[in-house]
Amino acid sequence: MPEERILDVKNLKIDFHTYAGEVKAIRNVSFHLNKGETLAIVGESGSGKSVTTRSIIGLLARNAQIEGGEINFHGKNLLELPEKEMQKIRGNEISMIFQDPMTSLDPTMKIGQQIAEPLIKHKGASKKEAWAKALEMMKAVGIPNAEERINQYPHQFSGGMRQRIVIAIALICEPEILLADEPTTALDVTVQAEILDLMKDLQKRVKTSIIFITHDLGVVAGMADRVAVMYAGEFLEFGGVDEIFYDPQHPYTWGLINSMPTLNSDILESIPGTPPNLLDPPKGDPFAPRNKYAMRIDVERKPPFFKVTDTHYAATWLLAPGAPKVDPPAEIVRRWKKYDLMKQEDKLPKIK
Amino acid sequence: MTEEKLNLPADAFDPLPKDEAQDNENIAGPSLSFAQNVWLRFKQRKAAVISAIIVILMIVVAFGSTPFINKSTLVKSHPQYANLPAKVPGMGAINGLNGKIKQNGKWVDAYAQNGVPKDKYFIAGTDYLGRSLGQRIIYGTKISLIVALVAAFFDLTIGVAYGIVSGWKGGGVDNVMQRIIEIISSVPNLVIVVLMLVVLKPGIGSIIIAIAISSWTTMARQVRAETLSLKNEEYVLAARSLGESSWKIAWKHLVPNLSSIIIIQTMYTIPTAIFFEAFLSFIGIGISAPETSLGVLLNEGQKNFQFLPYQMWYPAIVLCILMIAFNLLGDGLRDAFDPRGQR
Amino acid sequence: MARYLLKRIFYMILTLLIVATVTFFLMKLMPGSPYANEAKMTLTQRQIMDQQYGLNKPIWQQYLIYIAGMLHGDFGTSFQYSNQPVASLIGARLGASVQLGLQALILGVVLGVIAGAIAAMRQGTWVDSTATVISILGKSVPNFVLAVLLQYYIGLKLGWFPIAGWGQFSQTIMPTIALAVGPFAETARFIRTSMVDTLSSDYIELGKAKGLSRMEVIRKHAMRNSMIPLVTLIGPYAVALMTGSMVIENIFNVPGIGEQFVKSILTNDYPTIMGITMVYCIGLVVILLITDIVYGLIDPRIRLDESEA
Repeated sequence: MPEERILDVKNLKIDFHTYAGEVKAIRNVSFHLNKGETLAIVGESGSGKSVTTRSIIGLLARNAQIEGGEINFHGKNLLELPEKEMQKIRGNEISMIFQDPMTSLDPTMKIGQQIAEPLIKHKGASKKEAWAKALEMMKAVGIPNAEERINQYPHQFSGGMRQRIVIAIALICEPEILLADEPTTALDVTVQAEILDLMKDLQKRVKTSIIFITHDLGVVAGMADRVAVMYAGEFLEFGGVDEIFYDPQHPYTWGLINSMPTLNSDILESIPGTPPNLLDPPKGDPFAPRNKYAMRIDVERKPPFFKVTDTHYAATWLLAPGAPKVDPPAEIVRRWKKYDLMKQEDKLPKIK
Repeated sequence: MTEEKLNLPADAFDPLPKDEAQDNENIAGPSLSFAQNVWLRFKQRKAAVISAIIVILMIVVAFGSTPFINKSTLVKSHPQYANLPAKVPGMGAINGLNGKIKQNGKWVDAYAQNGVPKDKYFIAGTDYLGRSLGQRIIYGTKISLIVALVAAFFDLTIGVAYGIVSGWKGGGVDNVMQRIIEIISSVPNLVIVVLMLVVLKPGIGSIIIAIAISSWTTMARQVRAETLSLKNEEYVLAARSLGESSWKIAWKHLVPNLSSIIIIQTMYTIPTAIFFEAFLSFIGIGISAPETSLGVLLNEGQKNFQFLPYQMWYPAIVLCILMIAFNLLGDGLRDAFDPRGQR
Repeated sequence: MARYLLKRIFYMILTLLIVATVTFFLMKLMPGSPYANEAKMTLTQRQIMDQQYGLNKPIWQQYLIYIAGMLHGDFGTSFQYSNQPVASLIGARLGASVQLGLQALILGVVLGVIAGAIAAMRQGTWVDSTATVISILGKSVPNFVLAVLLQYYIGLKLGWFPIAGWGQFSQTIMPTIALAVGPFAETARFIRTSMVDTLSSDYIELGKAKGLSRMEVIRKHAMRNSMIPLVTLIGPYAVALMTGSMVIENIFNVPGIGEQFVKSILTNDYPTIMGITMVYCIGLVVILLITDIVYGLIDPRIRLDESEA
């Protein structure tokens, strides 16, 4: 399949001005998004995933300052686009879904109007056309009784239903890119699965690319084509979903996978410690202080991305030539073995 | 990446000693208690800090003046000094503060005209009976502050207790208590005060009783709402299930957690009470001569405003400063207690 | 909804009855006599007068007569203006007070909304600070002080508007301004806070993510959501205006019920005091009911029957 890069982020750097000083929230982040794929950005809260996606759509907090880099979309650098031009892109070519469906809808406006709003704004649709399309969209996202419910207000809907509405709003203009910022975190587990299925289904129909942000690796497995692991404002490892799940290289990714509950683990592992203070970011590998495999070089120099495969890169000194072999957690060793086996048989598993 | 380019030091791959690894984990700065945080945030609000200083100064001056300025000094009239403008030592050059007054477009020394001794100064002038306006304003401020403190006292006692009981008991008791508040608040507060003043003899005592009856309802409502939500907090539930007495729970758990809304609401009751007193005395049904208050002074000053504007301006300025200071203090405390509600 | 309304109206009537009762007995407790020149009256004169005013009957009978009369809109006869029914006395003066109150309410709220919204949109700038300072001043400077200053400097010195009186629109301007300052300051503060809250909410963020411009987001989503809670302030505003009218009408010599109230108090005209007290209470209770209903109508989240639970 020929890959067409629809979005290309290069060397993005973002600071936040706070009373305490400059928080270097995003430090030199580069990635791209292919047409039709789903890229998952995984990391714990505060790692900068949300800031990264918000910078794409130009909705950073007022105290945020873009210090460098570019975000290329259709040959335009979105970071340099004037606000008027950005408005034409937002909700139209790139749209966004937020974390909390309970608060993302206007409590005093009818659902139908809220769904129709982008269509009227971007496609110049008449109220009547937009209303009809909104109804269609409500049916598409699986809201029963849509004809009746289109006239209702957000408080009359459950959390899951509201997130469906938010998805309808995001997709009504058939955007090329959908940014989903933890769209299922605030929902019940069963509802989560429904929403994920809905997103996958609609992605095929609308042919949109998705950047999916989450702290939950379990969600990633079923959703993503590629995964990027983010930590303290940097990417530590990225690759195909199988490569990240079955051949992880960075100790932080090990920690994340190891802390996922599995069928045969009786205790839940965790990563000790807290992320570094980004007022004064570490000069080496940001994960080093929490890394039990840390080496002297880790605190002294930032590791470059070492290539694992054409699609898989990891920024850890463990991959440097001459680095000692370490013993990763048992679960990782098990996954590595499975991966080797699959490679020999030349068929990678489809993770479900 | 090639090996040559990396150019790593020899000990690069040595394991990192544990203590070095921990370095980054220390949280910078000591953690602060709630009260310390409130104080820090309050200190940042300059307007509120200045207001606090002004309030304290006014309290000290007003109450400290009691030995020198009291009812007996207030009633003494000196007709020969009547209606003198302000004369402040060392301000000889500034019209308005040098004892001169505008007559037919010219500044005339009113002190010399009335044969006032050279060394006699009235820094805020005199009223129509020759009484020092400065002294009267200080006394009036004291009355305002007394009214304010009394209102605050009733807020803190009746209001808080009523709110806690109503919220804590819930059910029928709460229902009845809320109906009572509803009835009281469907009569404008000032009408209650006025009715009380009609029944009782006008004077500071009546004003205080009237304010006591009407001022506490807002506090009671707020405390009740907060108590209702605190009641279901885990630590209160724990204390209840351990069999602590209601009194103990109220004192140990509720009051400390209610403290911020109590303090904030008290700060808003105070300017309202000061306004009530001034208002009532101004329309002539509050404090009346020979007693005085800022409202009385405004009333007297208003009559002569066209010719002797200072007689109204000075008490008006003091009253406004008092109101502004308490309002800003309230705002500052609210922001300090609740950093989310940055207004 | 109907059940809720009935319940509310029942409590309204109960409240008014209690207020009427308390007021009635308070007035009976009062020292002094209703007659202006009691000393000069003979016993017979007094008895005639007492009979005329129904003061010779037992108190409970007087009470029942009073309450029954009130139900017919009869508040008794004024002591001060001989033989004039209190109801007609109030009726003749209600118009001026209501007009003044409404003008002040509209002026204060409209300007307050504008000032508060601009301050919120320009949060942290000099515009914001100026609006804050003005609203603190408006909240702190007593309206009667402002009224006297307006009357003297604008009315007398500059001669822009008549200094007092009633009849022409120009005479209503200064009292309206003096009365409007309180609601203005309160509204500006309230709208600013509410707007700042709203602007930081998720649905505003979603509005921006839809591609709406800042002004569109404010117009379509922020304005309505921050203004709806303003309805809850109408009650307190009504109280402030009633209070304010007592002194402002006095200063500007407006023939309204506030001015009459003060006059009645100073002359111990009990029936009029009671009558005006009842008018204030009825006004307030009705306004509170209307605001509740209006709130329920404009905010889809509020269902009146549920809010009672």
